Amino acid sequence: MTADRLVGRRTRRPPTLLIILGAIGLAVFVVPFAGLLARVPWSDLPALLAGDVVTDALRLSLVTSLAATLIAVVVGIPLAWIMARLEFPGRSLVRGFVTLPLVVPPVVGGAALLFALGRRGLVGEPLNQATGLLLPFSTWGVVVANTFVAMPFLVITVEGALRNLDERYEGAAASLGAGRWTVLRRVTLPMIGPSLVAGLVLTWARAFGEFGATITFAGNLQGRTQTLPLAVFVAMESDRDTAVALSLVMVVVSLAVLIALRERWWKAL
Amino acid sequence: MRDVRLIVTTCVLGLVIACSGSSMGGELLVSAAASLTDAFAEVESAFEVQNPEVDVVLNLGSSSALREQILEGAPSDVFASANTSNMDQVAEAGELSGEAEIFVTNSLQIAVPTGNPADVTGLEDFAREELLIGLCTEDVPCGDFGRQALDNAGVTPSIDTNEPDVRALLTKIEAGELDAGITYVTDVLSTSGIVEGIEIPAEVNVVAEYPIATLAGAPNPDAAAAWVDFVLSDAGRAILISYGFTSP
Repeated sequence: MTADRLVGRRTRRPPTLLIILGAIGLAVFVVPFAGLLARVPWSDLPALLAGDVVTDALRLSLVTSLAATLIAVVVGIPLAWIMARLEFPGRSLVRGFVTLPLVVPPVVGGAALLFALGRRGLVGEPLNQATGLLLPFSTWGVVVANTFVAMPFLVITVEGALRNLDERYEGAAASLGAGRWTVLRRVTLPMIGPSLVAGLVLTWARAFGEFGATITFAGNLQGRTQTLPLAVFVAMESDRDTAVALSLVMVVVSLAVLIALRERWWKAL
Repeated sequence: MRDVRLIVTTCVLGLVIACSGSSMGGELLVSAAASLTDAFAEVESAFEVQNPEVDVVLNLGSSSALREQILEGAPSDVFASANTSNMDQVAEAGELSGEAEIFVTNSLQIAVPTGNPADVTGLEDFAREELLIGLCTEDVPCGDFGRQALDNAGVTPSIDTNEPDVRALLTKIEAGELDAGITYVTDVLSTSGIVEGIEIPAEVNVVAEYPIATLAGAPNPDAAAAWVDFVLSDAGRAILISYGFTSP
């Protein structure tokens, strides 16, 4: 370990080819946003950003992405714990289902949600008849779509952390008389902390940028279901300056949150 | 085994030479309004029978999204729009290689799910708040025309969703998730009964004119011209009419 580190430090120059390839890799991420920045109508920007389409969409995006993250915490962490700690038949199937939203196109996810939770859906119809609740075309529908698409990030990160965590620490705490809640609070959570935060950030970021499942399942109505990505999509066809301004808001908010969290809590990764 | 391979290789080589010898071939990229989806699929089959060396690729979307793609320089050979204003904008940008021509017209209809569960009878029902009402976004032709018709009828709609294009709207009506929406006559016809159509009176209805043109930046100008000619021919028109379009 120490020897490795010393060797690593003594390497004077990193290989040129590696730097070039890495720079190309970085360019893949940076160039599109540079293109976006080049199109920003800076002088009209304040007026554009003050428009109610922008403020409604930003508010809705923040509320729904945070709500989805919260739901992911409440049901996703227990799911991660079950997957990491319990032996049961069909566990790989469960893992497959958890990963599915990462793989299928969001539009397919949205259609699946519509067929399951829509007014005539498998679950949606009895739900609607029993409670009058109607998810499509409602803000709750956006939250459901966000949760569906984003929760895997939390489940997978937390599950991985729990599996890597040596259960003997928890066992030791318990044998010293700590109750379950104390073990969770004082041992488990601090040890998986960095992964938990990383999972939360990824989940929130994915929910914040969600488009396909939302528009397919929840529709598109300003103030009710039109999140920032939907507003960008609609404005793209009519009002380019607003579309660019909205995109800028998305990029700035996402980047600010990601950088701020990385600086504070996410360093471990 | 080797012999078979040799024969196959020779045949393929022969085909390639035959292809490159003909005046028209390659890929033809047709950017067409979403409401042309089914009709153009059949036009494509008929066109490819006549021109077996051409591989037609349909790029379908809302006319305004297609306009943006063309103006942003995405390669395309032909543009068929569901309204004249998107075509005009492409023409003004100097992106057409000739004049646009109206090839069909289409009118609006109210679309409701099978059985019309909400008892929609006309545009007035679009004001009922308890119904789930969908339109296209106002920036795409079907949304623009739909709002014009509602305006003509003096109805302020209680909208629950603005769908990005007419197909997306139709899908939600088909699924029974929306009680009513305004689409083209051709769209209702295309669902073969899954969606029911309710007539909009002629005095408030809006007739959409569909222009078609070859594009200045067409990678395959010969095939593009042939496609436009075919669409405007009697054979092409007949196919379009069978999908509910009308001749201009």
